[in-house]
Parts: sequence; C-alpha cells; structure tokens
Amino acid sequence: MYSEKVMDHFMNPRNMGEIPDADGVGTVGNPVCGDLMTVYIKVEDGRLEDVKFKTFGCGAAIATSSMITELAKGRTIKEALKITRGDVADSLGGLPSVKMHCSNLAADALHAAIEDYRKKKEAKK
Amino acid sequence: MRRVYMDHAAGMPVDSRVFEAMKPFCRENYGNPSSPHSYGAIARNALAEARERVAQLVGAEKPEEVIFTSGGTESNNLAIKGVAHRNRDKGNHIITTTIEHISVINICKHLQKQGFKVTQVPADKEGLVDPEKLKDEITDKTILVSIMYANGEIGTIQPIREIGKIAHDNKVAFHVDAVAAAGKVPTNVEEENIDLLSISSNDMYGPKGMGALYIKKGTRIQPILQGGGQERGLRSGTENVPGMVGMGTAAEIAQKEMESEGTRLTAIRDKLIKGVLDTITSSYLNGHPTKRLPGNANLRFSYIEGESLILGLDMLGIQVSSGSACTSKTLEPSHVLLAIGLAHEEAHGSLVFTMGKQNSEEDVNYVLESLPGVVKRLREISPLTPKEMLR
Repeated sequence: MYSEKVMDHFMNPRNMGEIPDADGVGTVGNPVCGDLMTVYIKVEDGRLEDVKFKTFGCGAAIATSSMITELAKGRTIKEALKITRGDVADSLGGLPSVKMHCSNLAADALHAAIEDYRKKKEAKK
Repeated sequence: MRRVYMDHAAGMPVDSRVFEAMKPFCRENYGNPSSPHSYGAIARNALAEARERVAQLVGAEKPEEVIFTSGGTESNNLAIKGVAHRNRDKGNHIITTTIEHISVINICKHLQKQGFKVTQVPADKEGLVDPEKLKDEITDKTILVSIMYANGEIGTIQPIREIGKIAHDNKVAFHVDAVAAAGKVPTNVEEENIDLLSISSNDMYGPKGMGALYIKKGTRIQPILQGGGQERGLRSGTENVPGMVGMGTAAEIAQKEMESEGTRLTAIRDKLIKGVLDTITSSYLNGHPTKRLPGNANLRFSYIEGESLILGLDMLGIQVSSGSACTSKTLEPSHVLLAIGLAHEEAHGSLVFTMGKQNSEEDVNYVLESLPGVVKRLREISPLTPKEMLR
C-alpha cells in the first residue's frame, strides 16, 4: 500500500520532537478525524534553522510530517512557503489516493508555523 | 523473523483436510448436480453430504433447511430481504441493532428506502443488547428481528436464546447473523428458536466465497435471485460443488474440534488481554470481558492511531486489524466502536487481534514482547501523549 520511502520515514522519522523555544508553531488536523500534526520552526536571518514535528495519525501522516522537516530545513521562509502538499507526496514516491486528502497535511502545518512566526514577529514590533 | 498472523476475522487459511476434500471436485468430479448421468450423481451425493454436515453444525432438524450461498453477505441479504418482501402483507417493521455487520446495516438502509421501518436497538458499553429493550420495540407490524450471534470486531456474544424466545413468543421471524460465531461457539437453531441463520465458510477454515443460510421449514421467504431454481428455488445458479464440499468438511471439523479449540483459544486470548492491560498504561479492552468469542481480543491505546500500530506491528511480523478510520474504505471509524459509546479518537486507537488454529501461546508471548515498544514509539511521536507518560 505504501512506498518504501513512506515506510522508511514512518519507521525512522527525521527531526521528530518539539523545539521548546520555537519561533513558530503550527498545528493542523483533528484527533476526531484521526490525524493531528504540529510543526515547530526555529528561524534565523529569514532561514528555517530547525524544523521539528509531532504527529498523531496513520503511517502517511507520520511520513509526510517527517518529509516536510527534511524539505523545509535550511530553506528561506519564502522558499518554504512554496512547498506544497504535492511536493511532499512526490518526495515520498507518492501516496495512496485515499491518503492524499486526509493525511497529507504536513505542508499546511509548516505554513501555519510560518504564519505563527510572522504574527509573533509583528506583535514584537 | 517470526510470523504471527492474528487477523483471522479478516481472512483464514483453508484447513488442509478441507483442501484435500475439495481437490477431486475441481479436476475429476466436475459434473453438474442437476445432470441425470453418473457425473451428476457424484456431485449430487457430495452436495447432500456437505449439506448434512452444515445442518449438523447448526443443529438443524433437516439438511434441506440449509441453502448454500456465496458467503455471509449474501446469506444476510437473502434472509432479510427475502423475509421482508415475502411478509409485506403482514407488516413492514424490522428490529435490528446498532452493532450489526455492515451488510445488515446497509440491507436495512436499502429496505428503508422501499418503505420498511427499521428500529436499531442500542448495545451497552460492553456490546451487549438488552433483550427487554428489544422486546419493547415489537409492534403488530414487526415481521423480523435480525441480530448477530457474536460481533466479529469486539467479540461480544449476545443473549441469543432469550431474544429467540421473545421473537418466538411474539410470532416474529428471527434471523441471526452467526458469521463470526459459527464453528467457534455452539449454535443450535432448534434450542435457540432461530428461524434463519447466516454462516460463512472462510470463518471456519473453509474456502472463501462460500456461505450458507439455515431457513427453518415453514419460514415465509422469497428468493432474491431468479434463475434455474437450484437450492429449492431460493438460490438459483449452478452449484459451487468444490466450495460446498469444502464448507461441509470445514463444518464437520469445526464441530469436532470446537470445544477443545475454544478452550485453548480462550486461555491464550485471556493471557494476551491481561498481558497488554498489565504492561501498557492507558490501554483498555473493548467488548465484554467474558461473554466474548474465544480468539478475539479488541484493545485500544490512548494517544495513538490504529493504522500506524498495524504498520509498526507488521514490520515485526505481526498482522492485526483496527477500527480506525484510516483503515476503512469510508474513512469513518468502526460504527461498532462508536455504537458502544467510544469517542472517535478512542476508536482510532483500537487494535483487533483475532487468533486461530495456528496461533500458540508463544505467539502471544511474542506479541506481548513486541507491542509495548511499538506503542511507546508512536506515543513519543504523538503530540497528544501527556509529557509525564514519556519520562
């Protein structure tokens, strides 16, 4: 059902955990639906110095969360905002069609974390 | 790697004795039971023997009360639609429950569109239906009570005898979906006042695509398939002789081995349940602690999701099921778990272990060694896990 790459990210998730002093935190999904993910970002000079995640959900939800941290880490905010759900799925060698909608939320979580970072920055001004 | 298959409710191996019995009816004895010549006679005799064996398993008085079908879903369709349409002149009310197999639920929905009224009696948090509550729903328009013998998912066994008596006393036809129960726990249509009983072959180590419906003599029913009039006109279509022979043999073996196998499976099931509940915090049993199918353990784990549990266990050679939405075609969690009062997020975290003949106590030990690590790893990944649990 899943590609080897999905299973690899599910079994060996990259950058799993929290960033206690994160500059931005984004949470999407809902445990009622079966998927909930939180992405933490640390920003320095407009670049994502660190990206971590925590996820409740199926294999696809965990693998996409892991993949987004790899895709986003080291990128500028501008570049990170361009990462789409499709990019995440492609980088994982594809996802089953039924999972494309419900479990492929990682890009949204990253964008929410960046939004949170921007809001906090605004508030500090 | 050790291989521990504990998903028997989803699919079972065919017993080697069943396979051997079926073989000659594929390549040598391929005659049609309706043919008057000698090839037909061989098939006819084999069919009669198979029918007799299934009849004995369910306690039927006469073999001809057993009709072969393509499986549990067809048996349920024939029973419920067949009785409903045939008895339309008497009434239009059907009583069932909230925890039935999806086939029964969807058949009833279909009949509702055609003007039938359906009452779904609830089950309690352990999955038991209260016969008194069911009795209160009977009206002079009630033509059928349909309830499962045991739930394949949460394992709970219903008080069928009491419900059968209520249906009988009120002269309402009584259908029992015994797909998950037949061959595992004793079922007796005569003693339990059952008019129609659905069973499936693969749920007792017979071939897939085979089932049967017991129909008590005198039950008013009409066919759902029109054709050549096989199976007393109730199930037209050329007989699947190898399948029927296989199911008959499976029924005979199940009847012989039910008691010893039931005792053995109950012991390892209880060891699994106790082992999990004792070693994994925030784990719970779904269904009834004692009134449950011998090989069934349905457990749930807070803060994590069932499909990821399945994948994690599969990597260790263990195959199980889940009531999580992520493993269903509809992306909805198990309707059974919701019906017994679980929240969506609780239903997502359920795992169903269904053990069978090839499972041993060593298999249970292996699951008990493997599962805590999988649960721990997923809880570390989950944002829902309380921090103090991870220390």
